[in-house]
Amino acid sequence: MIPFVWLAVLFPLLGALVNGYLAARGSHAKRLVSVVGVGSLVAALAVTVAVFLELRQGPEESVRVMLWHWMPITQRLNIDLAFQVDHLSVLMALVITGIGSLIHLFSVGYMHDDPGYARYFAYLNLFVAFMLVLVLGASLPVSFIGWEGVGLCSYLLIGFWFEVDANSDAGKKAFLANRVGDFGVLMAMFLLWWYLGTLEYAQIAQRAPALFALGGGTVTLITMLIFLGCTGKSAQIPLFVWLPDAMAGPTPVSALIHAATMVTAGVFLVVRTGVLFALAPATLQLIAVIGALTAFFAATIGLKQNDIKKVLAYSTVSQLGYMFLGVGTGAFSSGIFHLVTHAFFKALLFLGAGSVIHAMHGALHHAHSARDAQDMRNMGGLRRAMPWTFALMAIATLAIAGIPPFAGFWSKDEILTMAFVRGQTSTVYLVCWLLGLAAALMTAYYMARLVAMTFLGEFRGGSDVESGLHEAPWIMTGPLLVLGVLSAFGGWLNLPEFVGGHETIHRWLEPITAPADALLPVLAPPHGSTEMLLIVGAIAIGVIGLLLGLRMTLTPAPLTPELAPPERGLARLLLEKYRIDELYQRVIIGPLVWISRRVLADGVDQLLIDRIGVGGTARVAQGLGWLGSRLQNGQVALYVTMFAVGAVIILQVLAR
Amino acid sequence: MIQFLASIGYEQWIIHVLLLLPLLAIPLILIFPVRAARWIALSVALIELVLGLGLWWAFDPANPGMQFVTDAAWLPQFGIGYRVGIDGISVLMVLLSVVMMPLVVWGSWRAIDQKQRGFYALLLALKTGMLGVFVSTDLFLFYTFWELLLIPMYFLIGIWGSSNRLYAATKFVVYTFVGSLLMLVAIVWMVWTVGRATGTYSFAYQNLLEHAEVMAPWGGWLFVAFALAFAVKVPLFPFHTWLPDAHTEAPTAGSIDLAVILLKMGTYGFLRFAIPFFPAFALSRTTGLVVASLAVIGIVYAALVAMVQPDLKRLVAYSSVSHLGFVMLGIWGSTVESVQGAILVMVSHGLSTGALFFIIGMLYERRHTRKIADFGGLARVAPLMATAFTITAFSSIGLPGLNGFIGEFLVLIGSFGRYPWLVAAAATVVVFSAAYLLWATQRVFFNRFTNPLNEGIGDLNVREIAVMTPLILAMLWIGLYPAPLLRRTEAAARRYIELIEPHLPAASLPGITTSGMKP
Repeated sequence: MIPFVWLAVLFPLLGALVNGYLAARGSHAKRLVSVVGVGSLVAALAVTVAVFLELRQGPEESVRVMLWHWMPITQRLNIDLAFQVDHLSVLMALVITGIGSLIHLFSVGYMHDDPGYARYFAYLNLFVAFMLVLVLGASLPVSFIGWEGVGLCSYLLIGFWFEVDANSDAGKKAFLANRVGDFGVLMAMFLLWWYLGTLEYAQIAQRAPALFALGGGTVTLITMLIFLGCTGKSAQIPLFVWLPDAMAGPTPVSALIHAATMVTAGVFLVVRTGVLFALAPATLQLIAVIGALTAFFAATIGLKQNDIKKVLAYSTVSQLGYMFLGVGTGAFSSGIFHLVTHAFFKALLFLGAGSVIHAMHGALHHAHSARDAQDMRNMGGLRRAMPWTFALMAIATLAIAGIPPFAGFWSKDEILTMAFVRGQTSTVYLVCWLLGLAAALMTAYYMARLVAMTFLGEFRGGSDVESGLHEAPWIMTGPLLVLGVLSAFGGWLNLPEFVGGHETIHRWLEPITAPADALLPVLAPPHGSTEMLLIVGAIAIGVIGLLLGLRMTLTPAPLTPELAPPERGLARLLLEKYRIDELYQRVIIGPLVWISRRVLADGVDQLLIDRIGVGGTARVAQGLGWLGSRLQNGQVALYVTMFAVGAVIILQVLAR
Repeated sequence: MIQFLASIGYEQWIIHVLLLLPLLAIPLILIFPVRAARWIALSVALIELVLGLGLWWAFDPANPGMQFVTDAAWLPQFGIGYRVGIDGISVLMVLLSVVMMPLVVWGSWRAIDQKQRGFYALLLALKTGMLGVFVSTDLFLFYTFWELLLIPMYFLIGIWGSSNRLYAATKFVVYTFVGSLLMLVAIVWMVWTVGRATGTYSFAYQNLLEHAEVMAPWGGWLFVAFALAFAVKVPLFPFHTWLPDAHTEAPTAGSIDLAVILLKMGTYGFLRFAIPFFPAFALSRTTGLVVASLAVIGIVYAALVAMVQPDLKRLVAYSSVSHLGFVMLGIWGSTVESVQGAILVMVSHGLSTGALFFIIGMLYERRHTRKIADFGGLARVAPLMATAFTITAFSSIGLPGLNGFIGEFLVLIGSFGRYPWLVAAAATVVVFSAAYLLWATQRVFFNRFTNPLNEGIGDLNVREIAVMTPLILAMLWIGLYPAPLLRRTEAAARRYIELIEPHLPAASLPGITTSGMKP
């Protein structure tokens, strides 16, 4: 099955084409759209599972699946459209198609009444196809097709309801922020090609240790440029600003693209080119710092948000920070492990939020209420109307808060432990560890706050609205249930040895991470007692955060938006997200547009070149006499014609 | 296919037929009733398409030299001949112009409602001129076609253009004409110099190329004379300000011909004439740095200026300046990769900019405005048009998987060793190009539907779908499988690099040899 791995890309691609055609035709055949949309994903999942099973039997080396020559220029630059099937790409593909299938299924219920139903599934299918190209690509340029392709789909889906200006703005902002990062990836490719003569991952890993000095300037520059791309795609400081706005898209999109898969592509790319990063300790340290800072600052913003999706968005930024902290310590497989568990519980949280919004929206609509369906201050007590959603979101909350035995505990604990271990060699990592701990406390807090404001206490949106609240249909709760199981037990994928586990993901990824590990310094794992202390501490932080969050949210009960007094001081700064957007607008975007308009377009182009340069030349020519007088009369055509005709006639006569 | 083409003697007649057919059809247009004019033009364009597509197979990719060669005496007393041929540098341009022609005619099917005879006759004359420029291997013939093009273009803009058409047409002619006069002087000077030294007075390209060293002492002056003519056409910053006016005022068909073919004549001229004739001067460290810097300034500068244009056509015109900067950078990057990339950018830019102008033309036909501010939210009433525009915009932005990416990627990666800093500066345009096109897309097709005048705008009709579909398919094809195109340009690009290699200064990044491998 491995040679046919491209089928996994082809099915969603065909699904996108069919659904795109149906959308263009204005078709109302919702059933057909659903069958094609979900069916193509399930087919891709089946292919991926088959490939996975075969890979489990087979050798540990990666298999290169050649499709066709893409850019065959010279022997040196000969880029193939080829896929690389190995333990990393297949693990990613399983997450993408698995969670993707669930979210497609959920969307059937969630988007059911949307007039753009077929268009939605066309975009979503296309996204999965690109995402698979990203992880399966055998070289940077092939992955780059997927990398930018998912950006395209993200752009289209964020701006899905394009008639609201803010949605279109958010889509454009996402694409542009990503493009800033893509500049880095492009430059990294040019440097890699120049110094290694290849862009294929396998050959990069092979040649880099021989041709790059450990800690050398070139490899440091290359890895920093790659990481710039990652800060765009994975919403890290300084390019994270697009992700919270991306919540303008339909909620299943937020779950699939802006939580579970696309935004983790940066982590994937670092692991994919891990050998380069292992050769650049300075970059690794920078990644750890950026990751820890992002985890910390995004968590602080999450503390004060009232929009249920905004909380989850900042939470995603924060959790992505953890993943980068993980890979920044050199623990590549720990980063991937957290990527996987996060995909489970964050998809669950977003879909659960989707169910809540769906219910709120319907009830508000029914009661002709103009309240905001996403503002948690209008919610409360939803556990009564939506017991399933409540229970499942509670599980996800325990998972993300790091309460054992739920999935998030194992992966987050690993990352923090690694940062602590690294901290013995460098205080930078110790600071990162502390930031990570603080972020963990805040994570538990804001998640408890989210659950309390949404599900606990009494409903604040009015009794007429409350009577209209309903649990979501089974096609939506079904996927939630599966994700709930995964969030609860997903940690078992990589149970550490001290609880009798086998570190399955570590072992599975070993063929991928081994070349990089060989270059990294070996560190002693913490002693039994230290390890126990770390674990108990981490659990305590989670529990304290949860309890604090519940207590501070429930008493006194939150006020509805119209009653709530305006926030002051630090709270206001957090609510307004440190005003980073405004800062970028003031310092970068505003001046750039101003310079383009006033200095370049008006000044240089119109005045300097056109009026003074060209106009001046014309005036000189005019002064020269007869040519000028003809220019002024618009007789140039006559002159040119005369010239051409005359020249030919004269020559012909002369030639005779 | 190849055997079939050989059996009908395809390679002996194809160029002549392509050149003559449009000219022969002009009298027909003038004889037949007015309403037949567009049908005649379309028939000629379709015949040329069918005949011209044979080049795809008949062209031998392995042969780096001229193919389909004809060398006939015209004015032997002056060493002027009817010398034509096609090689890997020109083959894609010839193909592009025969492919675009039917689309151009069909695309302006309804746009032109007055003086149709004149319009279609000029369009056909333009066609001969464009093809002639790319197939001439005689400098006099080349110059004749080059100047011949000005006339139909001038009238197309001046008669069928919009409000400010005369200003734009005059500016276009003056700008390009001043440049080409110098080129004429240079050509005559070259023939004279070579003739005095060798005894053979000939305008033949091959003859001049072989004796290029005779002209070396005057290389600087001669190169500048050629370069001015070509730089205006490209247009290279700061010689570009005629383009926004010409593009904006021209009718759709004129804008498309300008973008697809006319702009490429400048870059083609550099590759074919200016650099091979005077490589020592053209590729010296100083000249190279000047030209590449101007190219990169143009890339970034034009993108920024495009961002703030209120008129869709002006926006696309500036985007052309930006894209053509990539071609110039690739040419001076002087590697097989960068030169092939430059040729591919020429093709890609033709496709995506042509498609953008088609859609802008469709909008203009419906609403008689090109102002971005007059639109908004059109995706609701014209979803197909919005889709076509978005795909085209992303192709122009350089989204990998579509055509725009391939050429620009090859240009940048191929030029990187020689101009690492300039390539870095040029690469920043990935942000700016997305900024101006996505912003424009948003303000035209997305956002709230504000202007009630747009209510009855109507989506693409069957004719318009038929025009856009082949363009979009070509974007996908080149983006995903450019290998067949690259194969056809490779041998010629390789020979070109071999020709200029002795004159190339060393790469500025350390750690690499000419063979390409790090030691």
